[in-house]
Amino acid sequence: MSASAQKPGQATPLGKFLAGSAVVLYALVAMIPLIWILATGFKSPPDSISYPPKVFFEPTLEGYVNLFTTRSRQTPEYIESLGPPKSWYEELVRKRNMVISGPSRFADRYWNSIVIGFGSTFLAVFLGTLAAYGFSRFRVPLKDDLLFFILSTRMMPPVAVAIPIFLMFRQLGLSDTAAGMILLYTAVNLSLSVWLLKGFVDEIPREYEEAAVVDGYSRLQAFWKVVLPQMRAGIAATAIFCLIFAWNEYAFALLLTSGTAQTAPPFIPIIIGEGGLDWPAVAAGTTLFLLPVVVFTVLLRNQLLRGITFGAVRK
Amino acid sequence: MPDEAQRARRALTVSNRIASKLRGLSDTAIAWIFIGPTILLLLAINIFPLLWTIYLSFTNYRANQPGRPVRWIGTRNYERLLGSEDIWGYLQATAHFVIWTMIFQIVIGFGLALLINRNFRGASFWTTIILIPMMLSPAVVGTFWTYIYQPQTGIFSYIVDFFAGTGALDMIGSVALAPWSIIIVDTWMWTPYIMLLCLAGLRSIPDYLYEAAEIDRANALQRFWYITLPRVLPFLMLAVLFRGIENFKMFDLVVELTSGGPGSTTELASINLKREAFEKWRTGYSSAFAIILFVTIFGLGNIYVKVLNKVKS
Repeated sequence: MSASAQKPGQATPLGKFLAGSAVVLYALVAMIPLIWILATGFKSPPDSISYPPKVFFEPTLEGYVNLFTTRSRQTPEYIESLGPPKSWYEELVRKRNMVISGPSRFADRYWNSIVIGFGSTFLAVFLGTLAAYGFSRFRVPLKDDLLFFILSTRMMPPVAVAIPIFLMFRQLGLSDTAAGMILLYTAVNLSLSVWLLKGFVDEIPREYEEAAVVDGYSRLQAFWKVVLPQMRAGIAATAIFCLIFAWNEYAFALLLTSGTAQTAPPFIPIIIGEGGLDWPAVAAGTTLFLLPVVVFTVLLRNQLLRGITFGAVRK
Repeated sequence: MPDEAQRARRALTVSNRIASKLRGLSDTAIAWIFIGPTILLLLAINIFPLLWTIYLSFTNYRANQPGRPVRWIGTRNYERLLGSEDIWGYLQATAHFVIWTMIFQIVIGFGLALLINRNFRGASFWTTIILIPMMLSPAVVGTFWTYIYQPQTGIFSYIVDFFAGTGALDMIGSVALAPWSIIIVDTWMWTPYIMLLCLAGLRSIPDYLYEAAEIDRANALQRFWYITLPRVLPFLMLAVLFRGIENFKMFDLVVELTSGGPGSTTELASINLKREAFEKWRTGYSSAFAIILFVTIFGLGNIYVKVLNKVKS
């Protein structure tokens, strides 16, 4: 009997085993691309483009060295005239008849991602908490319309809004600045932040604040001392979500930044090596970029659920 | 003792006085102080640009020539758009992408949710593993998939060839396969999302419904059709709404994977929009296209929400 609708407690041991095997199989297949990213980061450039694709190979840090440096090709005679290499990474690079000419811009881009990600997350959560409390506790005229308006700001394709924002930023001197990107990501994240946090505030019983007000607290004190501490878990979950969105965002970053404020997502695809993309370096950059998110996901999976569903699913 | 009580009473009146002063701030004032900044920021960065886009869509403005006088050309941009056959091609490619990704993700996601709901040992761990792809940056992952898709050296073609003997597959370069290459990656990334919402739906079903079905001697198919499906459907439809909107706007993943090619086989609406706006710099024309897309998403979204509410009740 295939009891796909059977209640969980009743599943037979065999049924459980088969279900488990199918899920594990799916998970393993779905992991192949990620494992491949990790592995490619430790391949040498020739290994990365061999046929058939190499599963076993001699690991090297060349990809990571190439990711963080810029190099130039030199004649063997010139390289010999430089004397012995001063470090392990110089030695790696010289084997390919190359000389390190300086650091690459990857570290800058990564730093931009961190600054813009955390800056916009802080603002979105701060403003979102206030607005969520306001919507939850006060009589606001046109409340439902305002809430729907906040949600609908997500329906615009980013490329479509990018045109006027591009023009606006140019006027205000915000184009290609971290401040501009923080403002922009804050606005985009606010819709999620307000909706999620409102759900969390709604769950806190009003009686707590009323009791506090009876005890002589003002409205603001009651918010600060009674409501806010109870929102802590909700605020944390929302913050993770805003951070991951800002971290992953690509369209605005591609269209609105170039030199100074560019984040990592538009940069990683253009890590060029000789003769096309330098795949081990791209894989190394991708690994470093994805790793924090994977760790976050595994550690905080329970808090993530609500954010993923835009507050639609409550525990 | 009486001294202490008096001091306490005095302290209380003082704190009451401060409180009443703060309370002097009316509720309406507090509400606007709390909500105001959010509304202002959204007006500045969402609504103002939208209005500007609407204005630009009636002009011949080009953002790369700021000095050129801007002319009001009425609805000519819209006429040109609606009369152009290319636009229908882009919308068709978008629809193909949205429909197939939704079908695959519903089938696989719902299936996985039913399996995970059996509560085998380690279910929670493997659910977390399955979640990982959807948390990652589509553009960054898309870039790497071009490597996975390489016909000679890529692992995708190698594995498929190994099991199905298809020979080298040029997933991105061939007109026939390119639309499927983006569907596969999107399905890989977002099936967990549909799975999660279905799982939430499944877990909301109370046990007594199945017990009642047992008494009525309903078979597995009947139980699925009359109990499971109606309970999960609202969750599933919500998931499809969110993903449908996102995929209608799809940009980052496809730009890095195929950048619209070969030819314009995978040139989805947003990708064409970027070309017109930021490569050809036809700002007015692309603004009109942006408005048409927005209205389409908004309209379809509203109809869908109406149906969803009907299903819920």
